[in-house]
Amino acid sequence: MSKPPRNVNQLPTGGRAIAPPGTEAIALPRPDQADKRISLFHLLVKDRFATVAALVLVFVGLTALFGPTLMGDLATRQDLSATNRPPFSLGEGWAFILGSDSLGRSMVARLVVATQTTLSVALPAVGISLIIGSLWGVWAGYHRGIRETISMRIADVIMSFPSLLLAVVILYVFSPSAANIVLILAVTRIPIYLRTARAESAELQSRTFVDAARTFGTKPNAIIRRHVIPVVLPTLLTLATLEFCYVMLAESSLSFLGIGIQPPDVSWGLMVAQGRQYLQTAWWLSFFPGLAIVLTTVAANVLAAWLRIATDPAQRWRLTLPRKRMIVRIPAKEVQ
Amino acid sequence: MTSHTQTATAPRDQLTEGEVVLTVTGLDVDIRTPKGVLRAVNNVSFEARAGRTLALLGESGCGKSMTAKAVAGLLDPVADVTGGTVVLNGTDLAALTPKQRLKYAGPELGIVFQDALTALNPVYTVGTQLGEAFRIHQGLSKKAAKVKAIELMRHVGIPQPESRVDSFPHQFSGGMRQRILIAMAVALGPRLLIADEPTTALDVTVQAQIMKLLRDLRTESHMAVVLITHDLALVAEEADTVAVMYAGNVVETGPVREVFGSPKHPYTRGLLDSVPADVGRGADLKSIAGSPPELHRIPEGCVYQSRCPLVQDVCRAIRPALEPEGTNRTVACHFSASSDTKELDNV
Amino acid sequence: MSDIAAHSLTGETTVPLLEVRGLTKNFHVPGRGNNVLCALDKIDLHVGRGETLGLVGESGCGKSTLARTLLMLEQPDEGTIRFEGSDPFGLKGKQLLAWRRRVQMVFQDPFASLNARMTAGEIISEPWATHTDLYPTKKARAARLQELMEIVGLRPSDAGKSPQEFSGGQRQRIGIARALALNPDVIVLDEPVSALDLSVQAQVLNLLNDLQKRLGVAYIFISHDLSVVRHVADRVAVMYLGRIVETGTTEQVFERPRHPYTAALMSASPQLDVTGTAPRNRIVLEGEMPSPLDPPSGCRFRTRCWKAEEICATLAPPAASAPDDPRHVAECHFPIAADGMPAAGGPVRPRNAVNLLAPRQ
Repeated sequence: MSKPPRNVNQLPTGGRAIAPPGTEAIALPRPDQADKRISLFHLLVKDRFATVAALVLVFVGLTALFGPTLMGDLATRQDLSATNRPPFSLGEGWAFILGSDSLGRSMVARLVVATQTTLSVALPAVGISLIIGSLWGVWAGYHRGIRETISMRIADVIMSFPSLLLAVVILYVFSPSAANIVLILAVTRIPIYLRTARAESAELQSRTFVDAARTFGTKPNAIIRRHVIPVVLPTLLTLATLEFCYVMLAESSLSFLGIGIQPPDVSWGLMVAQGRQYLQTAWWLSFFPGLAIVLTTVAANVLAAWLRIATDPAQRWRLTLPRKRMIVRIPAKEVQ
Repeated sequence: MTSHTQTATAPRDQLTEGEVVLTVTGLDVDIRTPKGVLRAVNNVSFEARAGRTLALLGESGCGKSMTAKAVAGLLDPVADVTGGTVVLNGTDLAALTPKQRLKYAGPELGIVFQDALTALNPVYTVGTQLGEAFRIHQGLSKKAAKVKAIELMRHVGIPQPESRVDSFPHQFSGGMRQRILIAMAVALGPRLLIADEPTTALDVTVQAQIMKLLRDLRTESHMAVVLITHDLALVAEEADTVAVMYAGNVVETGPVREVFGSPKHPYTRGLLDSVPADVGRGADLKSIAGSPPELHRIPEGCVYQSRCPLVQDVCRAIRPALEPEGTNRTVACHFSASSDTKELDNV
Repeated sequence: MSDIAAHSLTGETTVPLLEVRGLTKNFHVPGRGNNVLCALDKIDLHVGRGETLGLVGESGCGKSTLARTLLMLEQPDEGTIRFEGSDPFGLKGKQLLAWRRRVQMVFQDPFASLNARMTAGEIISEPWATHTDLYPTKKARAARLQELMEIVGLRPSDAGKSPQEFSGGQRQRIGIARALALNPDVIVLDEPVSALDLSVQAQVLNLLNDLQKRLGVAYIFISHDLSVVRHVADRVAVMYLGRIVETGTTEQVFERPRHPYTAALMSASPQLDVTGTAPRNRIVLEGEMPSPLDPPSGCRFRTRCWKAEEICATLAPPAASAPDDPRHVAECHFPIAADGMPAAGGPVRPRNAVNLLAPRQ
């Protein structure tokens, strides 16, 4: 417990507080201060779960970027003689390692192609609602008053309107293009971020360090940028990873209704939807795209939770501790 | 074990003033933290006497509250008493099982906390909470307990106790809540009252009221009071003896007048010099450089070495023990003899 | 020029740096019968250049609201603030920014008042992001930052550390450096040392004292701790329930209090004088401060005052000067006479810790 004292020899003994600069700072040598400057990457490598999550996301991202080119037309090549082949049989080559669908298409190839479609819908949808909802919510919460009230009522209206119904109406009127799907999903999910951002921002604007900024004459927008958003952002990012999952499933619901992604395009959600009727005979049709959704979401979530701690200066030290020492137990000694 | 039970159930004899009620010897408290096991209280010894007030004086984090909680058996689950004895009226509390301890210490030891609002349960009336002690320890009925509660409230100076007994804690002002907490602590006529920063959250005019109440209660029942505080002036006015704590250790003990009049430990001296007073307005105070060490950085040797103007090599190597100084004082300093002379001023 | 005329009444000859007249602030509390909380009631005060005005009062007396109003964090309902003759509430744009530079604040809680996600250097430099013309170049800012950190006793090499890595006293130094960044003329200190331990408190008080000598800045020092105020203040104003009940020089207020509340406050605070042998005759007030939602009629202190008579309930006492010094003002119908002592107690002896150290000196 007691380490040899450091630097005590250099301790200035002057009682005056102001005299030599740093009198107080030297009094308490903190040997671990150097550790706190470690880069985010170093911290990431130290955390096993976060590393795995990051690798999964990188893999998904690369697949979305380059996968479809590599697969060529494999994803659309039909082989009616080999429909609904079960997975894990190597007899037909690597393309059918995850089996084939009801038209004899390779599941692997379709999953890879679907990755791109899925991400190209979910990412912009989550991104747009995150940016608009957060900025709006932070603004409303900071200013309070009438701006807050009106914003919250608008959020209530969007929330209370069945979003699927809204989607159905709009997608029937306009064509069910990817852009329209993104737009619908983004608009209906804005209130989620709006509410969270407003609540946190309303609490933050009463903090003393915000008051301090006001006494300098700092403009509200600058205060929001400097003091509110950095604090609210980690929470909103965590929320966004959960929303990522929701949006993928919502997109599959739209696809199921026939107003989402239109075949021959394919997304994970659409694959789950299409595989549902074969669930008893060919479970792998829904299982693997479902697994892809779950894995991606969980990975994003783990990484967001890690990021939340890693970007918080007050929490970061937790990550620098060796895992085994997190729980220290000493035997409860009998007193005397 | 049987002797303990006997003591607990034996008829209560009247305390005579000056009789030793509590003896704490070599108390150690360890806390388990993510950074390892830390010694929060180290080898602390003191005595509390009937009808007298002992002050545990120290800055935040010095272990004074932890000591009080260890004595009262109210430590957090992460903290353990790992050494020493706590003898209350001849019974070693540390040797009792939690159940025995509750039965024995409940009536014998009262404790008052700083924050009366969190120490009281917001969903029960104060009457219920005040009567609880009587129902548990004396087996009184609900009705009889309420009568006792009203009596107690009147005793601690709450106006119109009959009508206020059914009020909830939030309906009382800060000072009144503190009175209720004191009433709960003295309900069963304890021999020892521990007051942990009882007036820190209160305004100075209300503090004066509460301290007067504590004084009156002490005079009335000859109980021993352990006053835990960071306020030197409060100690000077209220306590008979003082134990000055620093970084988990007691560094100086003795009668308040003697300790404050001629402090032997450089820390005590530094604290007294830090008190702003009319020493020529605008003049510099003699502050203590630096700040107290964090628990996981307490050095070997003397705990005060990093801030001490008298520090020598011996201080960094050997931790000074609490040695008797004169007739009724103790000091833990290698240079205690010189610390009250001019030398300190010249450093 | 009417200001000067007004001040000749109270013996002031020069135009004060900051002057507050008739400042009133009410808060509306929703859902109560009487829903107006009177936080400030016609506050008058003034601060001269390089002077320290101590503002004393118990919690809920309105001293923090006063500080926030002086910094324009709250809009007053009535009254004026004048800073070298101009009213900041009438200013806009560039002029308002220029005014902001002159008056700055140090907050009570050294933990909550610093953004934990910024480094010490970023926190201290923050004001310059708004006042870009003050130190226009990066180099000038870096130099000034280093200078400020040295002034307040921090190591400039610690500029990259986050607030968590500093102790409470060091954090308050960061807060002070931030308040100094705009080179203000007045700093409002809202309980700047009450969250600090005694030994660290002395360091910060010394620092403030040193800064005032060096920079000639005026302080409005708000505290509930009488010994601290006595140590730092040139003049003292005592607040009770939204009103200033007594003002005067520190010596006058502490040693010859005229308002019963001031006397009681002085008497109630414990003294470190262990050489005194006779037990003090303390004035222990009855009850607690009434709710500002429902202040008493007439004199606000009458419900706890041992001198209260009928007139106190009907008529609010006007501000009256002491016979010996017109600057020593108290709002009381029955002020304590300079030679006489508070009716309920003995002499209110000065706090004097020197006594206790006397044998060694």
